[in-house]
Amino acid sequence: MKTIKRTFKEMMRYPSAVMGMVMIFILIIVAAYAMISIPYSKAIELWRGGEEIWYRYPKNVPPAWSNWFSKEKRSESFAINANEGAYTREVNENRDGSRLITMTYSFDYEFDDFPQDMMFYFTNTFTSKQPFATITWITPDGREIRLGDYRLDAGYVYRFSQDGNLRNKLRGLNPQEALFYDAAGNTAAPVKGTYQITISAVAWEPGDDVNAEFVLHGELYGVAGTDIYRRDLKVALLWGVPIALAFGLLAALGTSILTMLFAAMGAWYGGWVDGLIQRITEVNLVLPFLSILVMIGTFYSRSIWVILGATVVLSIFTGQIKTLRAAFIQVKESTYIEAARAYGASNWRLIVLYLIPRLVPTLIPGLVSSVPTFVFLEASLSVLGLGDPTLPTWGKLINDAFVNGALYKGQYYWILEPAVLLMFTGLAFALLGFALDRIFNPRLREA
Amino acid sequence: MTAITKNNIKKIAQTARNNSLLRITRYTAMRLVTLFLTVMVGIFLTIMIANMGGYVDDIMRAQVREKIISSYQNNKSFQLMGTEDRKALIDAQCAQEENRLGLNTPFVIRSFHYLKNALTLDLGSALFMTSDSGSRQVKLILLERLPATLLLMGVSQLALFILSVLLALSLSRQYGGFWDKLTIALSPTSTAPPWFYGIFLILIFAAVLKILPFSGLVDSPPPADKFAYFLSLMKHLLLPAVSLILSGFFLSIYTWRTFFLIYSSEDYVDMAKAKGVTARDIERRYILRPTMPNIVTSFALTLISVWTGATITETVFIWPGLGRTLYAAIGLYDTPVIVGDTIIFAYLLAMTVFLLDIVYVLIDPRVKVGE
Repeated sequence: MKTIKRTFKEMMRYPSAVMGMVMIFILIIVAAYAMISIPYSKAIELWRGGEEIWYRYPKNVPPAWSNWFSKEKRSESFAINANEGAYTREVNENRDGSRLITMTYSFDYEFDDFPQDMMFYFTNTFTSKQPFATITWITPDGREIRLGDYRLDAGYVYRFSQDGNLRNKLRGLNPQEALFYDAAGNTAAPVKGTYQITISAVAWEPGDDVNAEFVLHGELYGVAGTDIYRRDLKVALLWGVPIALAFGLLAALGTSILTMLFAAMGAWYGGWVDGLIQRITEVNLVLPFLSILVMIGTFYSRSIWVILGATVVLSIFTGQIKTLRAAFIQVKESTYIEAARAYGASNWRLIVLYLIPRLVPTLIPGLVSSVPTFVFLEASLSVLGLGDPTLPTWGKLINDAFVNGALYKGQYYWILEPAVLLMFTGLAFALLGFALDRIFNPRLREA
Repeated sequence: MTAITKNNIKKIAQTARNNSLLRITRYTAMRLVTLFLTVMVGIFLTIMIANMGGYVDDIMRAQVREKIISSYQNNKSFQLMGTEDRKALIDAQCAQEENRLGLNTPFVIRSFHYLKNALTLDLGSALFMTSDSGSRQVKLILLERLPATLLLMGVSQLALFILSVLLALSLSRQYGGFWDKLTIALSPTSTAPPWFYGIFLILIFAAVLKILPFSGLVDSPPPADKFAYFLSLMKHLLLPAVSLILSGFFLSIYTWRTFFLIYSSEDYVDMAKAKGVTARDIERRYILRPTMPNIVTSFALTLISVWTGATITETVFIWPGLGRTLYAAIGLYDTPVIVGDTIIFAYLLAMTVFLLDIVYVLIDPRVKVGE
């Protein structure tokens, strides 16, 4: 306890250690938030979902905050329904049992470009005769444009851009743009102000009902933007945190502990055990690490846990085991070991309780600094297309972006967001490990 | 008196030289044998992993069958044939094809057969991929890619090595200065792999500034003029090489600077300074010389890690080397190519380890071999 306290105190003297710890703390908080706000099963379901989950999202648009950096404000995506946005609904019962439902949607449009598309998602119930609706568009300067009359099926979707009649009415112009022009038909920029859309629908029979959600696909979306499948990148960015942390920490821990154990066993038993461990290390040195992982990923399983296991197994017998073995051979001759042996401690007891604890402090800096290596390894495998097929990870975002030519098309946010997070994680552990190295190995301090 | 002593010394030196020559030869031979055994075990393991439980064989059988069935279905001359007859014909053809691919021998025998083939670099024929000259032989496919990998790795690793040793030397002279501190602060950047830097470099220089190509080996179509071809090659080499260099840059400077500092605080260096030996000579004879083994070791270790690490860098830059071939083979499930690629990498690693051993003996007189 005392040593921990002392180490902690000494760490506070290193700004890099403090910064690293703060960054790791932030990562842990975000990881916890991700796991609580989007449960594991839901995250996978969301990430594998198609149009039915992501219909409200525009395709391939940067995050909304990119507006902060440009003079020209691009349109942000939003939806208006009973729960969000300015929405009113009025129902008038007629004498014959039919009902007139009037819904109004109003929104402020303060952007300098036009939306990708606009649409109404209807949810209707009817017994025999489809309800009937008229949609009217009211511009900020008070012009009323009647879009048309529509017969509504149960799950009717009205897309402004696909409405041929409306397009003809607007002299062949794109409805999602022409509706925002001013009275003179100036095509340069949309008229800014409050727009209003009204739907007056007639439901013919008593049990019938009409509801509609208005969705505007702008050129920007949310905090993270979306990808080519309309998926919100926020899901993958958030869930990438716990996955990266889990993979990096488990791999680093597993590798360090097992390396230590094998090195101690080799040093303690000597003879053929030592020889075998040495030979395995030599063989492992000529095994191409990444190629073997690639083979396992291709032929057996792409599950992140299988890859994790293989990574640990392949990382045990590396150069480090030789360094540790040399150190253990020195420790083995200490008098306290002799004393323990004299009172009859078993081999295992000696290795686990006497030999290993002696070298744990020297191993901690290496452990912490090796975390980013494994985090990047997971990303690397994903970039090769060997990521876990179900999980949303940062590496897979980069892979998706690369495969879809994001760099060529100028969709930089798609690559930069996961890359910056990877960098942040890597830097956090590297800073801490670096400082720890200087604390535990004082020889480096002078030099 | 003096003449005799001189003669004696000469004689002693002669025998000592002969002895050490013999020793080095014996040592080299021993190392070669052990390394060969090591490579053999490594390659056998590779093959076992690639074909554990015959899983790959099943895939191959299914592919063979599918290919043959579709070829019969597409062939008009077999359409009049009865279903039974056609099925028999297909079965016979499948058996023949499986025989050709060596799928019928027992697993153990097949594995040893594969091992012998692998060791002699007889890597079989690819299932789907072909070399640029149209051959199906894995060996030819891979050998065709090897120069590109060697070019990229050679240029970047040599540049990294020379640059960082020189910079580290000059940094160790001004210990505690601004550049020294900056290097220490930047050394954690080496945890990011080369492809990571590659993405940023592509973004900056190809996508935004548009001054360098996104990827590839040369312009398309390749320039006919030799000089223009060379220029185009250099232009394409720049970004991947820089990303490989950048990834290892600060850490290797930092490591070597630390080494140099440790050695420059030795007494004999102070002594040399006191004698008035020039700074250049102190560096060359008193600091570089004793640190040479360490430098070579860490150079070889980076080489080892980078051999395979370049796989993704090549993929990102669509550089037609071994790594890119591996990526393409993964996409096509082309087992022989994946295994062959791994084997070539294993050989390259073994060669690196072997060269390291030899160089070690040559530059460090303290290492007495074969005793």
